[in-house]
Parts: sequence; structure tokens; C-alpha cells
Amino acid sequence: MTLRVSALNCMRGDLPVLSDVTFGVTPGQALALTGPNGVGKTTLLRTLVGLQPSDGGSISLAADQFAYCGHANAVKSALTVHENLSFWAAVYGTELRDSVLVSLNLASLRDRLAAHLSSGQLRRLGLARIALSARPVWALDEPTVGLDDASRGLLDAMIGDHLAKGGMAVIATHAEIAVAADVLDVSRFQAEPPRRMSEFDEAFV
Amino acid sequence: MKALLLRDLQIALRAGGGFGHGVAFFLIVCTLVPFGVGPDTAVLGRIAPGILWLGALLACLLSLDRVFSRDFDDGTLDALVTAPLPMEAVVLAKAGAHWITSALPLVVVAPVLGVLLNLAPATLPIVILSLLIGTPALSMIGAFGAALTLGHRRGGLLLSLLVLPLYVPTLIFGAVAVARFGSSASVTTPILLLAGLTLACWAILPFAAAAAIRVNLR
Repeated sequence: MTLRVSALNCMRGDLPVLSDVTFGVTPGQALALTGPNGVGKTTLLRTLVGLQPSDGGSISLAADQFAYCGHANAVKSALTVHENLSFWAAVYGTELRDSVLVSLNLASLRDRLAAHLSSGQLRRLGLARIALSARPVWALDEPTVGLDDASRGLLDAMIGDHLAKGGMAVIATHAEIAVAADVLDVSRFQAEPPRRMSEFDEAFV
Repeated sequence: MKALLLRDLQIALRAGGGFGHGVAFFLIVCTLVPFGVGPDTAVLGRIAPGILWLGALLACLLSLDRVFSRDFDDGTLDALVTAPLPMEAVVLAKAGAHWITSALPLVVVAPVLGVLLNLAPATLPIVILSLLIGTPALSMIGAFGAALTLGHRRGGLLLSLLVLPLYVPTLIFGAVAVARFGSSASVTTPILLLAGLTLACWAILPFAAAAAIRVNLR
């Protein structure tokens, strides 16, 4: 099973952002998406996981093969770390093993309310959900934001572990991710701005 | 889906979850009406079913904008859309949780507040029955409205305006059922219509709400 994206056109709202995006990821490979702010990394990830419709092009894997972690952590502040994760484990139909908590250094925070976590700890909790999902492709959007060096090391190890099991990862990032050897600069796929916009559409842009 | 329902109940019961808001609002409405209308018990008894139904409806409305907006803000909705759970099931669980946390407490306190409004004790069972049958429709219509206004700043006002007209049939049949019982007429027709409305809402609206959420997440 490989991820093959060919001639994919991504849109944000109704505006084309990226066109003709073509790349492939093989099992055990992680691809880092780079490029300046606003170039469309998030849009590309959201298109891959099916949150946004594409305007032509193909993705070889269905949306349910991806585990997506966006800027927001999908964490409920009224629940504890363990309650948050066991909820997601139930949704994904997997089992919450302690190794997931240990791998992101969350074991000591297990019974702490998420409202009392720091932003780096919240980020780790958000990323732990991805490890629970048991899906072959991880689509991570700026996973290192808010993480200190030690936590980045943990994240690297977690992704490395996933890759070693034959998983894949597509990671939008500005930071170095040690395990992601391949880098794709998204700005080369930047779409031409639409030549003519009707006045009707203009009112909404 | 069960996990989502249980999680929502758990959050609602914790501090800041808003479990008591609806009941408090219902209490305020039912306490203030006698002061506003005057102490004439005959008048109060006559309008009591309508006031109870109206109070319950407005109390339901109060918590609607929270049905999806919190999950939208913290990224949970994105994660749920990409999770193996169909969006329709998410809507069902969310509306169910809203009904249990916001509407069911109202049904429980309605008999007590009925006393304040000089509601004839004999009509209590039918008040409870009509609220039990009718309020699930309010929760589901509300969830649909919340899905439509998802992501709009200050969507609460728009939500109320969208949802209120859709609430009218439920309110009419609910209040009519109680009023007819008071005048010893048959209540079968309004109760059946109320049940039909609720069932239709729960059968159709999850699909509409799920489609609205998918569009609004783009």
C-alpha cells in the first residue's frame, strides 16, 4: 500500500490554492511538506484526509486511511488525559495501551484535567490520539508547535516507530523532523490566481 | 456513538458544562409569570400549560449554540469527521446528549413549577407526557440549526431565528394536548401528531445536519 497523489488541485473556499500536486509516499517513508506561511500546506493535508473537496486529481488511498491532527488538539478541557484518550480509543475502535501514554511522556499526567495542562502537554495529548488511530497514514499539521526539544525527540521516536511498522506520514512543518528525510516544497505547486472573478463571487471573497 | 454520548454527558455534568442553565432559566420564567400576569388563579391555571411549554422551549434554545460550537473550536469536530464514525451518528449522539442534559431535567421539574402556575394536578401526567414526547424534536431541530450556523461568529442569534419557526408546530401540538386534556377533550390526535413530528425529525434531520457540518468545515 502506497500513497500516490497525482495532479491534485486543492481549493480553499472556492479559490484554487494548489494545482497539479503530485507526490508519492511508500510504506516506512515520511514526507515533510514545507513552504512559506499561507502557501497551502494545511489545505493540502485537509484535502488528503477528506475535510475539503478537491478540484480534480486523484489520491490513491481513501480518506479513512488517514489520521489527521490539525492545529487544534481535539482535547476536551473538562476531561482528564486518560478520559480524553479512552474516548478516542473508543471512537477508533482500538485499545488504549499505557505504552501510548509513556511514549509521549503523558503517564504522570494520566489523571490530570486537560484544562490544567500546558500548551506543550496539550499538543502531546493531541498527538497521542494519532497513535491510537491505528491508521496507516498520519497527516500531521505543524506537530512540533509548542513542543520542547525533549518532546520533539519523543515525537520523532513515535513517528519513527510508526514508520518502522510500515506506516506512512505526511507532515507539514517548519521545523526539522529527523525521521522525515524527504522534503516537498509545496510552493512549487502554487495555483495561478483565477483570471476573472465574477462580481457576485467577489462580494464573498 | 455510545462513547460520544457518554463523553458529552460527562462534560455537561462537570463544572462549567452548563447542566443547570436550562433548569434555572425555566425556573425564572415560571416564577416570574405569576408576578407579571397577576394573582388571579383562574387566569394562571388557564395559561399554565402554554407557559410551561414556552418556558421549556426557550430553555432548550438557551443551550443550543453549544451543541457543536465547542467541538468545532477545539478541533474535535475535524477529528470526528475523519474518524470511522459516520457524521449522522455524531449528530444523533449530540442531539441525544442535548436532550438528556437540557430537556430531560425540564421534564422532571415541570410538575413542581406547574404548582407555581396553579396547574390543575390532574393535568400533570399529560404535561409530562407531552413534554417527554415533544422535547426530543426540539433537541434535534436545534442540533440541525446549530450545524447550519456552525463557524459563524455570533451565530447564536441566527440560530434562534432559524430554529424558532421550526419549533412552532411542536409548541402548538404540545400546548394543545395539555389544553384539550384540561377541557376533557380527546388528546390522542395532538399527542400522535407530536410523536410523529419527533420521529420525523429524528429520522430526517441527522442527514441534513451532517451535510451542513461537512459543508461548514470546508
